[in-house]
Amino acid sequence: MTLSPFLTRLIALIRKENRQMLRDRSNLMVGFFLPVVLILLFGYGLSFDVKNAPIALVLEDNSSVAREVVSGIEGSRYLVPVRTESMKQAEALLRAGRVDAIVRVPVDFARSQMRGEAKVQLILNGVDSTTSTTLQAYINGAIGTVMLRRLDRGTDGAAGPGSVTLVQRTWFNEAGISTWYLVPGLVVLIMTLVGAFLTSMLIAREWERGTLEALFVTPVRPLELILAKLAPYLVVGLIDLAVCVLTARILFQVPIRGSLLAILVTSIAYLVVSLLMGLFISGVTRNQFAASQMALLTSFMPALMLSGFVFDLRNVPLAVWVASQIVPATHFMGVIKTLFLAGTNWPMVLQSCAIMFGYSLVLLMLTWRTIRKRLD
Amino acid sequence: MTDTPPSVVIEGLSKKFDGPDGKPFAAIDDITLSIRPGTLTAFVGPDGAGKTTLMRMMAGLLRPDTGTLRVLDTDLRTDPQSVQNRISYMPQRFGLYEDLSIQENLDLYADLHGVPLDVRKERFARLLAMTDLAGFTTRPAGKLSGGMKQKLGLACTLVRVPDLLLLDEPSVGVDPLSRRDLWQIIEQLIEEEGLSVIVSTAYMDEAERCDQVFVLNRGMKLAEGTPAELTKRAQGLTYVVTPDAGVPARDLQARLIDAPDLVVDAVPSGGQVRFIRRPDCDEAGFAQLLHDCAPEPREEELEDAFMLLLRQHDEAVQGSAITPLAAGTVAPPSNGNGNGPVILVRDLVRRFGDFTAVANTSFDVRRGEIFGLLGPNGAGKTTTFRMLCGLLPATSGELQVAGVNLRKARAAARARIGYVAQKFSLYSNISVYENLDFFGGAYGLRGSRRRDRVREIIRQFDLDPDAQSGNLPLGYKQRLAMAAGLLHEPEILFLDEPTSGIDPLARRAFWRTITSLSQSGVTIVVTTHFMEEAEYCDRIAIQDAGHLLALGTPREVRERSGLRAGHMNEAFIAIVEQARAAEREGQEAA
Repeated sequence: MTLSPFLTRLIALIRKENRQMLRDRSNLMVGFFLPVVLILLFGYGLSFDVKNAPIALVLEDNSSVAREVVSGIEGSRYLVPVRTESMKQAEALLRAGRVDAIVRVPVDFARSQMRGEAKVQLILNGVDSTTSTTLQAYINGAIGTVMLRRLDRGTDGAAGPGSVTLVQRTWFNEAGISTWYLVPGLVVLIMTLVGAFLTSMLIAREWERGTLEALFVTPVRPLELILAKLAPYLVVGLIDLAVCVLTARILFQVPIRGSLLAILVTSIAYLVVSLLMGLFISGVTRNQFAASQMALLTSFMPALMLSGFVFDLRNVPLAVWVASQIVPATHFMGVIKTLFLAGTNWPMVLQSCAIMFGYSLVLLMLTWRTIRKRLD
Repeated sequence: MTDTPPSVVIEGLSKKFDGPDGKPFAAIDDITLSIRPGTLTAFVGPDGAGKTTLMRMMAGLLRPDTGTLRVLDTDLRTDPQSVQNRISYMPQRFGLYEDLSIQENLDLYADLHGVPLDVRKERFARLLAMTDLAGFTTRPAGKLSGGMKQKLGLACTLVRVPDLLLLDEPSVGVDPLSRRDLWQIIEQLIEEEGLSVIVSTAYMDEAERCDQVFVLNRGMKLAEGTPAELTKRAQGLTYVVTPDAGVPARDLQARLIDAPDLVVDAVPSGGQVRFIRRPDCDEAGFAQLLHDCAPEPREEELEDAFMLLLRQHDEAVQGSAITPLAAGTVAPPSNGNGNGPVILVRDLVRRFGDFTAVANTSFDVRRGEIFGLLGPNGAGKTTTFRMLCGLLPATSGELQVAGVNLRKARAAARARIGYVAQKFSLYSNISVYENLDFFGGAYGLRGSRRRDRVREIIRQFDLDPDAQSGNLPLGYKQRLAMAAGLLHEPEILFLDEPTSGIDPLARRAFWRTITSLSQSGVTIVVTTHFMEEAEYCDRIAIQDAGHLLALGTPREVRERSGLRAGHMNEAFIAIVEQARAAEREGQEAA
């Protein structure tokens, strides 16, 4: 059986790219090792959850009610109470950064409580506003639970008329665990890294080493070069996707509520955009160093900062919002988080695939132009 | 043969690029020529003549600005791909994938050219046998020597018989032995397969082998014809002259080359000086110049015709070439005193892991001498050189430079030497004055002393202090680099491949600077891969595979090789081959 010349050349080029990829140790590190490091780093290290936060307790009222209130804090697995003698001592601890918050039960707590006017003072360290907001919620919750329990037991008598109890519930991420939304976001970052960063070297390296010059003067066509460079890295990207999905499920217990097929389809669509982006940068710069810098600045950084990975896009100024909508990662980020945490939303999947298809076409044309078999 | 169309037809072809200073310059300037099929054709010219641009245009990689360009009867402007399907092209850097093995590189190009599998087997065997690479098929291309890479590059372009083979400076940066092997392969293929080959080269001995030669300079075609036709242009103008006993040939050569209105070119060779008289030179002046010696006419060579054409063209275009420095303009070093060797090397060894780059090397360099280190790529000359400059510590052995033990007091030795690296290592984006001022500071010159030295050296080297360093022509860049190396008035100047990549006229001028420096008493240690440049040296050392093979005056080395006459190139090849054969015998005996 003889293959068409196109296929013969394409297979030869894919085999060549594949060998080059497998023999380049630094390439493999970025392709396989770095994603694992990122997952572990973001999954374990970069969590917005607060665990074992030291809280100074200032118990000025020694009544049983007061003690019961603080028992809520003592029972929480997120908080570690630190008993202090006086407010002064507690403040010193807060200033020294030894505790993250002060909970003060005032002298007249029991008496006020009888009147239904009980107050507990909470002082938070606002230096890290994310942590302090989380702490506020935990302490509210801890104390609130105790009060509700007392209410149930009827020890307080009837709750005063008009006293409203807020019952809160968070959907899709019931526990408010940050790894749940960080890990799906990581899929976006890793796809971007594998795609744009690795491929940004490919054409530039051939320009630098002068191999393209020889390759151009053969029957090879530009499209064959582009396709051959995409293929091996598409496989690397898919392996990384599998690693992400598995670690998300097994290591971090992130629920995968959408269909795996939908995750696969949207990821491939984004991966192609990302790979083409890298190839385009590579073809334009013709220099590996410049290409890697460009790839970081134009794809990885926006995917990190502008895609909604860390910062909520609804709260940003209009200009930043517009910029974020241009970044392909933004469109993928929304879909992949929904697919992991909420379930399959086919219209959303199709919309994202359509956007990615558009980007792919544009980038393919642009990359084609940079590799027109001409040196000038 | 009249009915076969020419393989290349070029009419009124021009191509402009943006120069480093932002101004466009013509890389190819209105060239018209045609090349017969079935011939070996050479484009010769100095660097920057437009050879590579022309090659790339014929390969369809660059689009002409104006003019027509037809290759294999196809217009490259409209249909480059069908030309690219039929030709093969080896770029200067060979186009090999360094992380792929020899076999994988061959397979890739065979697949791209659609060579059928049954044809391939026989073809590969033949190419591998011819290039002597059969034993290394699994070795990555990146781990091959320069000569082997070049042969593999050639093999990759020959996975099938192309209708036209383009070789862009195939022998640049390759040692004489590999160069000879390459030409043997090319000639064998022309004979057996009737290949049409176009080669660009800066070497005249290569052009001499061709059927048709085009001389290019500054993007223009100066002349064309067979080597014999071109050589005739220098008829009756070529002489050889022997200096008086005890006078170095280079002193006489310096005197001749300092008279550009009488002499086109002069080079030392085997203790004599070969020179070309200007066709229009004043007879009285010529007689006056050579009053004390008797020039004898010698047979003209292609090189003579080439130098004549280049000189005439350069003068017509820009008045005169790079102005050589006259003797005695460079002040002698203040601290050069005493006799005896200024560099003393005993049993010097340098190992990198289990690889011995330099093995048991011993030699002396005398004060005021020009000492040349020669050898093929990978011979260990750069390693030796770096140890002498104190840039690389020796593994073992004794090493004294300017009376200082380099293994103990490297900094003290460094203050007494000047070093000019192979690559232009000054800052491109600042002016000549700023560069010199900076390097003066780096060498520890201060205040008015520094100002005086910089002003002095600018005057001596005839430099423009306000010119931006990066925009200087290569010859002047080299001169600036040398000026920077001399700011602190060193006793010894080290020059690493100072003339690689600059054209023959600039090379003459640069050697004139070196000889004039030497006349003022500076000791000079120089590496070069141009064997004919060994003739300028008082003594040379030839290295191969880390071993010192020969040491002595150029004449002594030539005699050792058993070839009394002829070019240094042949002597060099003979010495290296004798040594390699001896080693093989030794290995077989063991």
